[in-house]
Amino acid sequence: MSNVQDYPSRIGDDASKRFETFSYLPPMNDEELRKQVQYIVDRGWNPAVEHCEPENAMMHYWYMWKLPMFGETDVDRILAEAEACRKANPKHLVKLIGYDNIRQTQGTAMLIYRPAA
Amino acid sequence: MAKTYKAGVKEYRETYWEPNYSVRESDVLAVFKIVPQPGVPREEAAAAVAAESSTGTWTTVWTDLLTDLDYYKGRAYAIEDVPGDDEAFYAFVAYPAGLFEEGSVVNVFTSLVGNVFGFKAVRSLRLEDVRFPLWFVMTNPGPPHGICVERDKLNKYGRPMLGCTIKPKLGLSAKNYGRAVYECLRGGLDFTKDDENVNSQPFMRWRDRFLFCQEAINKSEAETGELKGHYMNCTAPTMEEVYKRAEFAKEIGSKIVMSDYLTLGWAAHTSLSKWCRDNGLLLHVHRAMHAVIDRNPRHGINFRVLTKLLRLIGGDHLHSGTVVGKLEGDREATLGWIGMMREEYTKEDRAKGIFFDQDWGRMPGLLPVASGGIHVWHMPALVSIFGDDSVLQFGGGTLGHPWGNAAGAAANRVALEACVQARNEGRQIEREGRDILTKAAQSSPELKIAMETWKEIKFEFDTVDKLDVAHR
Repeated sequence: MSNVQDYPSRIGDDASKRFETFSYLPPMNDEELRKQVQYIVDRGWNPAVEHCEPENAMMHYWYMWKLPMFGETDVDRILAEAEACRKANPKHLVKLIGYDNIRQTQGTAMLIYRPAA
Repeated sequence: MAKTYKAGVKEYRETYWEPNYSVRESDVLAVFKIVPQPGVPREEAAAAVAAESSTGTWTTVWTDLLTDLDYYKGRAYAIEDVPGDDEAFYAFVAYPAGLFEEGSVVNVFTSLVGNVFGFKAVRSLRLEDVRFPLWFVMTNPGPPHGICVERDKLNKYGRPMLGCTIKPKLGLSAKNYGRAVYECLRGGLDFTKDDENVNSQPFMRWRDRFLFCQEAINKSEAETGELKGHYMNCTAPTMEEVYKRAEFAKEIGSKIVMSDYLTLGWAAHTSLSKWCRDNGLLLHVHRAMHAVIDRNPRHGINFRVLTKLLRLIGGDHLHSGTVVGKLEGDREATLGWIGMMREEYTKEDRAKGIFFDQDWGRMPGLLPVASGGIHVWHMPALVSIFGDDSVLQFGGGTLGHPWGNAAGAAANRVALEACVQARNEGRQIEREGRDILTKAAQSSPELKIAMETWKEIKFEFDTVDKLDVAHR
């Protein structure tokens, strides 16, 4: 048994909380995040930024940061909005969404900022 | 001019072979692979199949003249060689709209694969594909919710979902079974699954299982902050039992129930599917018995037809084969039927075994489930083959992790997310799979051990039911 490692997840421990896509990977660096934004743009999706208090993260509706950036394809401008949202809400989780209006769904959604627990 | 009655036996092709017929949008079209008895010409065998699967009987009867057989009959309208098989040929048959009850897959298949499959003039017979006209599609219920609604309900976007079938298949107590469910879900899986033959045996009655599994879901959701589900198998001996179990699953807060559509029966399954839409529960569909029907390349029904009919009668998930795991599955053929599950319009594509265009109208798609003998090393291929709209369903590949289910689940999830991230970055994940997983394992000891445990396992048996184009 000495070779078996315990799985450290605990109820009530904020560090055990996950937030869907990419939340089992280490946080993305700037270059990696830029590539994901580019992916959303390349798919023709509408980028959007949403944020939420960590304790309310399981609610379907997070706060929209302004409006979805319909038709925006400039990766720098999209990253700038995400950064502006984070600065304005430093204690909130921030996620990046690609709205796919053709399929009427979110093509992707990923957590891009998580405040220290 | 009115016809006159003449008793006796006519050759089928006099009435049922019409090579100049131009098909109508409203026709049901079918393509059969026929191996005729020696000495029976192809046109006669094709016409016989058209006749015996529609209006015909072996002799002329006077009551034929009381109706308009020219409207109601099926017509064989084309014949083609089967690549790689000199004895068999494809026969295309068109059936007029008025031959079938609206919204009844049961009725259509009672004709198409009824008595004709025991008919003596053909040595073997296989239904390869069916084109359902839009009027028929729209009179069927379709998936209770469909892919987009499922994603919205579960808040899962931009990646395949992950599941695990709890093992051993049979013999665990309900409480131990719920333990296995809890460990999988807290480790990062989205779903766990009842095995198909877990119904309500003496060692674990359904009610106990549902309750323990729901407690496992509730705790793992509170622990991880993510939404989870367990496919509660409602397959049961009577419809009253099916409804009773489904109602209880709903009452305790389950998000999804499960049915085996071939053993349960299509009518019963359709009733459950409609119940699922009415009650807001997702429907996972298993396909026990399919290989009895679809595996023989010369006789039976191709799985693409069973896929189409399931989309019509309704399901939110359907097992599709993995291409890469322990169970039968040709890659191109599998891509063909997973397209039939998900797309709004399926184009004819002989390279994938698809014989007809199929318009699905506005009927939502469902998620293919890749299940059977898969583990973390298969992840790059699975993400590449199946894309985001799928459920990757592990069994031993989660439960067999040396540190247990939670670690196994975490390994699956890390591997999945690493592959999705790399794919989004434009990398060729099948070719670069080893590098992608190795890098991800640097921050996941669970994945690292999983990769060491399973690195030598491969599944390289040849497929029995290959596409006909691949034979030569």
